[in-house]
Amino acid sequence: MFRNVAELVELAQSKNKPISEIMIEQEMDFRGSTREEVYNQMKNNLVVMEQAVERGITEDVRSHSGLTGGDAVLLQDYMKSGNSLSGHTMLDAVSKAIATNEVNAAMGTICATPTAGSAGVVPGTLFAIREKVNPTEEQMVRYLFTSGAFGFVVANNASISGAAGGCQAEVGSATGMAAAAIVELMGGTPEQSSHAFAIALKNMLGLVCDPVAGLVEVPCVKRNAMGASNALVAADMSLAGITSRIPCDEVIDAMYKIGQTMPSALRETAQGGLAATPTGRELEAKIFGVSLDRK
Amino acid sequence: MKFRSVFDIIGPVMIGPSSSHTAGAARIGRVARHLFGREPKAITVSLYGSFARTYKGHGTDVALIGGVLDFDTYDERIVNALTIAKEKKIKVRFTEEDAITDHPNTARIHLSDEKGELELVGISIGGGKIEVIELNGFALGLSGNSPAILVVHNDRFGAIAGVSNTLAKHEINIGHMNVSRKEKGKEALMTIEVDQNIPQIVLDEVESLPNIIQVAKISD
Repeated sequence: MFRNVAELVELAQSKNKPISEIMIEQEMDFRGSTREEVYNQMKNNLVVMEQAVERGITEDVRSHSGLTGGDAVLLQDYMKSGNSLSGHTMLDAVSKAIATNEVNAAMGTICATPTAGSAGVVPGTLFAIREKVNPTEEQMVRYLFTSGAFGFVVANNASISGAAGGCQAEVGSATGMAAAAIVELMGGTPEQSSHAFAIALKNMLGLVCDPVAGLVEVPCVKRNAMGASNALVAADMSLAGITSRIPCDEVIDAMYKIGQTMPSALRETAQGGLAATPTGRELEAKIFGVSLDRK
Repeated sequence: MKFRSVFDIIGPVMIGPSSSHTAGAARIGRVARHLFGREPKAITVSLYGSFARTYKGHGTDVALIGGVLDFDTYDERIVNALTIAKEKKIKVRFTEEDAITDHPNTARIHLSDEKGELELVGISIGGGKIEVIELNGFALGLSGNSPAILVVHNDRFGAIAGVSNTLAKHEINIGHMNVSRKEKGKEALMTIEVDQNIPQIVLDEVESLPNIIQVAKISD
């Protein structure tokens, strides 16, 4: 069993296997299950992700509070104009990340990756890349195992909870997970995956969790959008041969320590940051039907 | 290690919007239902901390009731759980508590019908993982690090041996076990943490043993 990213990469290199394979083998061992059982469970998760993305980019999805919905469709329409600055794959990933989180906010069915609030980044990037490189089903399922392997290290050595470590622990972790998985799918090495994870998470450090009215909507949906774009850039940088000067495990440790010193007002309590802005408070009062002076 | 499976990270499949406030809430409700063993006639839920403050926006209320109706985290009927409960003529009551609890996401669930009642306190600790910290007044010391089962049983000789023998037969190792009772010879509770996931077939076998009243799995 690997305890950190260094061990994960070392295992993959010494066995001459991709990171996804190391994760599959560990899961088989932990559950006492066959490869087929483990693979099929992940395939089911993939199907759920695809359905959420499809729903989000085609239907007019609106949340109960009215705070979020419809933005994934706006972006898909805009992409058709051909005038986008950041390019098709990038905006496709962004809109599909938004799609997932809009479905989530509307109480639709999603797969937490690693949490519900950060569920957009991994599938958003995956289904955008599918359009570009047409991967096999197995490659797509492996994408999720590679993401999971990195998330597993973060969850055990740091945190994937916004209440514990801020948004850097949720969308930050998801972004690193996606970046690492993109690298493997695009033919990069395990070491390049770890650099992509490090580069992605470094740029999410310090991100606070400050949801308006405590709901998983504002700014969570748009943070998933930026997470998806960050993941693509980090993966491209790593595939180009750029390395992280700070090793992956030390970046994860830095994230953990930043989370520990983050004030509680900025850790999913809706007491600080965007939640405490005049507009944030106004929305909160409106949604819950309480007067502002109670806050 | 708190997270042991890749499916703790890529998963659960769930109805949004929050893994802690929705999926975790549904799991707390479902554990209560499994321990009660049948559909209750009345459900009273007391919400504390963040649960009390944001439950409407997160669908924590529908998720808890959905869980009590035996819906899993991904069951779309969760969205309409309050209506379904009403149609089934189940009395549902929510109270928002001001008391400060150790964990911000705490729910106390009371289930009852003409045959009996059950009270359980659960907390949702993130990513959909939950812990049950109290059952019928018994404080439970579950670490949450391992899969665990709760076994409500009659306080009789052989009950504990029967359960441990069954787990041994299926090569399931017990990491931590706690047995508590309120009164000699009355209802008692085993809390068992194990090293690997326990298949349903083993739970069914445990439940069929003499003096075993109810069995529920807390996490996998």
